[in-house]
Amino acid sequence: MHLYTYDGTFEGLLTVVFEAYERKAWPASIEQEQVAQPIMFGETIAVIADEQKAQRVWQGLQKKLSAGALQELYYTYLWEQAGFDRIIFDYIRLVFETKENIEGNFAAPCVLQIQQAAKQVHREKHRMEAFVRFQKTADELFYATISPDFNVLPLILNHFRKRYADQRWAIYDTRRRYGIYYDLHNTSFIKLEQPLRQGTNMPDGVMDAEEDKYRQLWQVYFDHVNIPERKNPKLHLRHIPRRYWKYLSEKQPQALR
Amino acid sequence: MDSRITDKLKILADAAKYDVSCSSSGGKRKNENKGLGNAEGMGICHSYTEDGRCVSLLKILLTNHCIFDCAYCVTRKSNDVERAAFTVQEVVDLTINFYRRNYIEGLFLSSGIFKNADYTMERLVRVAKKLRNDHKFNGYIHLKTIPGASEELIKEAGLYADRLSVNIELPSEASLQQLAPEKNYSEILLPMGSISQQLLQAKEEKKLFKSAPAFAPAGQSTQLIVGASAENDHQILQLSNQLYKSYSLKRVYYSGYVPVSSDNRLPIITEPPIIRENRIYQADWLMRFYGFDAKEIVDELHPNLELDIDPKLAWALRNRFAFPVEINIADYEMILRVPGIGVKSAKKIVSARRFTHLNFEHLRQMGVVLKRAKYFITCQTKSLQRQELDSQQIRNKILFGDGSVRSALLTQQLDLFRQVG
Ligand code: SF4
Repeated sequence: MHLYTYDGTFEGLLTVVFEAYERKAWPASIEQEQVAQPIMFGETIAVIADEQKAQRVWQGLQKKLSAGALQELYYTYLWEQAGFDRIIFDYIRLVFETKENIEGNFAAPCVLQIQQAAKQVHREKHRMEAFVRFQKTADELFYATISPDFNVLPLILNHFRKRYADQRWAIYDTRRRYGIYYDLHNTSFIKLEQPLRQGTNMPDGVMDAEEDKYRQLWQVYFDHVNIPERKNPKLHLRHIPRRYWKYLSEKQPQALR
Repeated sequence: MDSRITDKLKILADAAKYDVSCSSSGGKRKNENKGLGNAEGMGICHSYTEDGRCVSLLKILLTNHCIFDCAYCVTRKSNDVERAAFTVQEVVDLTINFYRRNYIEGLFLSSGIFKNADYTMERLVRVAKKLRNDHKFNGYIHLKTIPGASEELIKEAGLYADRLSVNIELPSEASLQQLAPEKNYSEILLPMGSISQQLLQAKEEKKLFKSAPAFAPAGQSTQLIVGASAENDHQILQLSNQLYKSYSLKRVYYSGYVPVSSDNRLPIITEPPIIRENRIYQADWLMRFYGFDAKEIVDELHPNLELDIDPKLAWALRNRFAFPVEINIADYEMILRVPGIGVKSAKKIVSARRFTHLNFEHLRQMGVVLKRAKYFITCQTKSLQRQELDSQQIRNKILFGDGSVRSALLTQQLDLFRQVG
């Protein structure tokens, strides 16, 4: 029995695959080192992330998988739900051990799981692209906070960079405690000691003078596009489940607006 | 806050909301000038109204003053409502500021007619031009063309807009004459024809010269109002079918008539025919994405869509000889025709069966919903059905089986149609 531990990075996980093949010793379980419990029987192999080894595994995958499938694999990593490392491992092993391309083989559990995990991540990415609400600060930064179910910040970066090329902006993930910042030239990952949280009262003078005006105009607009005769709360909730309301200024109760 | 602009926004958003098209898809405008915005590919719904419609564009009228008196329209001259008008600059500011905060994908601008068609159209074009030229705005712009506007103005609009629409509103000339006497079909179809020619021409030029100017790259669309006049579903779908074919429309939108008027030219209804509208949309999808011909969905003998089942199921029940379909060997096109199996499931099935013979368990795992499909398919010649059922039995099982309760809404709606006749 072999327990593999790694540092929680994607690179580390690919290194686990490399080491397992190197030793021909398949993992009974794969765990991140900060949470791994020592085991009673068998051997613990503490894998150290290694760029070259990870590269070799990735290149091997590139030869056998489409760009779409590689993306799904990476999305599953960002999914972060219990057991994701195992699913990724099983999938990669199936790829290497099957002669033909396995992408469409939805009868194999790991292929299906990867597809489903990737779909969830993709949906969350799409939701964040839709629901981010920037607030303009006094120094002309467009700022938003999010706390997505999955780690989608790296995935939404490009979308926002393309769209808001002519304004400075930052999006901060308050759950994972990091953010992205665009300074009109480059984007970079940032960490803030005490990030301002959206939905709470911002200290005086932090926001642009016109910020309130436009937020209120948006709420007015939202209230007036409704057709009361067609009200359909079930459909509404299917599109915006309650847990996303926190992002949306138009969903805040009137009194708090 | 500036209360004047707030009031205008209230009035002019209210007046624009009955136009149901909301799509911001199909744009090809990239942010290549380091400007603001990007309208490539799929549009995003930034929010949803309480009736479940996508909010993707700032959809407003430039003004709700109008010289016409179309019976079905809130903005009609004889209606006693508050009137307002935005300036060009006000619309530009709202659009830019909403866009920068990630509230919207762009602007959908329409208008009542003040003074005359060209005067109004010229202002709509000016908004779009200003956004593109002064603000390097690459977000989505949908302009509605004003009935009777000159060809040159429409041509200019196409240079700045991603999509143009000409609303037909009423599905037949006779109804149009009755309910919108100042309008006529040829006046509506003329700009539609010229837009579709411009679209074609721009596409040809693009092939020759990469730098040729784009013309409304997301195409043109129209809207039909359902339930304000007497046309049946057969007539409506025939018309859409023609529009898709002859004018290469991107979309036909259907808007269940919301009683906004007590005009005696209109039927007396209390609620919009939401279910009928939904069935027509489903039929429209069958024509565009499922390879169905309009004639297969409704014909002179069955001129109306059934309200209690969707049109694909209705077709399957009328054509039992085509079933059951064997999942492991049937053509993709035929699998697509199985009730309950959509494009995604059909694709997954065709892909997975190259690896193994599929059984029902595989289908379940892949997320194929069998509730309706099970009556119409076999897996390796096995069926989930023990007895032979006729169409009526299947219909009852699907509608009432598994203890499902019919929604109160549907019953209400059915009553409503009985009243209207
Ligand atoms: S012309 Fe347009 S805005 Fe004016 S009444 Fe007719 S439909 Fe309404």
